[in-house]
Amino acid sequence: METRPNHAQETIVDDAYMPPSLSPWRETWRLLRQNSMALIGLVIFMFFFGIALTGMLLTSGDAPILDPAQIRLQEKLRPPLARPNLETLQPAEVPELGIYLLGTDDLGRDVFARMLQGAWVSLTVGFVAVAIAVAIGIFLGGLSGYYGQEYIQVIQIVMVLIAGVALWLAATHAWPGAVFLAIGGAAGWLLYRRYAGGSKKSATPDALRWLSRPIMSVDTLIMRLVDIMLCFPSFFLILTVVALLPPSLYNIMVVIGLTSWMGTTRFVRAEFLSLREQDFVAAARALGISDMRIIFRHIMPNAVAPVLVSATLGIASAMLTEAGLSFLGFGVPPPHATWGNILSDGKDFIFDAPWLTFAPGIVILVVVLAFNLFGEGLRDILNPKLRKRT
Amino acid sequence: MLSFLGRSVIQKTITLFFVSVVSFLIIHLAPGEPSQIDPLNPKFTPEIVERMRKEFHLDRPLHIQYLLFYRDLFTGKTVSWRDNLPVLGKIWDRFLNSLPLFIVGTLLTWTFSFPVGIRSAIQRDGPYDKSMTFLAYLLISIPGFFFAYILIILVVTELHVPVIGMESFGVTSESKIVQIMDRIWHLVLPSFLGATGGIAVLSRYVRSQMLEIIGQDYVRTARAKGLAPERVYYHHALRNALLPFVTMFGLILPGLIGGSVIIESIFSWPGMGRMAYEAILARDYPVILTLNFITAVLVLLGTLISDLLYMLVDPRIRL
Repeated sequence: METRPNHAQETIVDDAYMPPSLSPWRETWRLLRQNSMALIGLVIFMFFFGIALTGMLLTSGDAPILDPAQIRLQEKLRPPLARPNLETLQPAEVPELGIYLLGTDDLGRDVFARMLQGAWVSLTVGFVAVAIAVAIGIFLGGLSGYYGQEYIQVIQIVMVLIAGVALWLAATHAWPGAVFLAIGGAAGWLLYRRYAGGSKKSATPDALRWLSRPIMSVDTLIMRLVDIMLCFPSFFLILTVVALLPPSLYNIMVVIGLTSWMGTTRFVRAEFLSLREQDFVAAARALGISDMRIIFRHIMPNAVAPVLVSATLGIASAMLTEAGLSFLGFGVPPPHATWGNILSDGKDFIFDAPWLTFAPGIVILVVVLAFNLFGEGLRDILNPKLRKRT
Repeated sequence: MLSFLGRSVIQKTITLFFVSVVSFLIIHLAPGEPSQIDPLNPKFTPEIVERMRKEFHLDRPLHIQYLLFYRDLFTGKTVSWRDNLPVLGKIWDRFLNSLPLFIVGTLLTWTFSFPVGIRSAIQRDGPYDKSMTFLAYLLISIPGFFFAYILIILVVTELHVPVIGMESFGVTSESKIVQIMDRIWHLVLPSFLGATGGIAVLSRYVRSQMLEIIGQDYVRTARAKGLAPERVYYHHALRNALLPFVTMFGLILPGLIGGSVIIESIFSWPGMGRMAYEAILARDYPVILTLNFITAVLVLLGTLISDLLYMLVDPRIRL
């Protein structure tokens, strides 16, 4: 490099010695193909996603092609691949396939149709729960990673408390109190801004100075919040809340989501803390780009890898949690079939009708395994430290 | 050192306070009350329900209830709403039942995961590593109670071994040795099931720790100067790879309560997890809140112990 005639030659030399450049997606795909277990996981996941989608199309609507709720008491506990007894069935009750692919359950419902319906519901539970957790995790993690050094002042806590009490009053229909508090709080905030806040520190009256005192940093607040949440044993917490709330599909998704965001928050915070100090962020800031744009266009794409991994693993664990809740009797309530509640209903007939246990059990196992393999494979691929040295 | 101790104790006390507030709010703001648990029972006249509410302080404002509850808890006077027994005594009884399960499960976890993880790391990407990796994922992915039922059917039909409950009915009239064997047989399956998840996770963790250490320069140096592979792996690498695991002794404490609800329900094991489940079913708030509080204390204590242990084993760490 001592002799450097001109830029053109340097480019040529660089091109000759550098490997052909690949886009990040192509690079990831190349590594994925080398990791056979992750690839198998991805293939199973895609296959399962297709099944869930067709299952939803086939089993929903007023007159579904495969009716998971059709009860045929004279046909109960038929083994897999049994042919329906056409003499005892009404024409409308005959299964569309002409065969019970996975047998029937204790009410004579077609297990295959129920599994198809359950595929979509189980997938929804996993995805919505994880989406909630990831959204909270990115928001809080980003906040504490990017704005972590900002200090919270006494006045801000007071304002949040007033808003909280006002909302609570509104929720309990104590409207006069709520309106009074809201107006009072807003007026107080404006007065504070007018007389005490802002840049004119010297103009702040002594009596109000304590209001602008910093208490703790945003980072401390959010990380202590994570600590508090981690003190609850997660399954016990989910069980308690789900048991106290009225049974519903949405409650389960929301509760699982609201109790599993701590890991994502920590990952995102760590990524933001390191990325914030990088040169490209400094350059973006020097260009006068707004904070929001820096966060979402410049930092977020670089921080997405660990989030993706923990989301994939999170879906797997949400599906297992749902199955566990079903087993304890707090699962998704009856009109919806999920793999978890098919499995836990089937356990009562484990000797007479083992297919009721094994069909959903094995399917859950395979799908959760696929998610786990894919997630862990993704972690290996995205982690430069664990990459194979070639 | 002392300042670190003081600071973290203060910090953890504050955390504990917020945990107690949050758990209290979760329980009490959820719809429904214990007095409404059985609305169709004709014995529950409005007067009795009112008396019950008064007895349990349910007619007082929330913050008063909070103070009353934690006053009772710290003076040890909390009673269960279900059977009027002191909560701490109940928990202690169940704790003694859960303890053997926990100890055997933890021992199984730690004795299995280390050899498996170390061998996987040494033979990285070999057939042993691949199959163990797959097995670990299989164990993580299987729904716990499905696995339990398969094992129960296998064990009961093949080995003719009693598995449900803590001991066989009427075994107390047998000789001592029969009783002990009976207890052990009952312990095997639930503790093994409790350990499977732990083995899978911990062995993966051991493997990745070991791999990281094997990639270090001083291991390459040791190998370069011609040391036997055993000496390199067990003397130079393993000792350093073990560091983070010492701290995990602190982190297994909370597993005493949280991890065993499903397994204890399957095996009708009268332990703490099952008590938590029964308390939730009966809306027995004092038991739920006390268990939650104890778990939180154990979690915080566990992190403190693990910090201190880390400082003890790793001279590079100064807190």
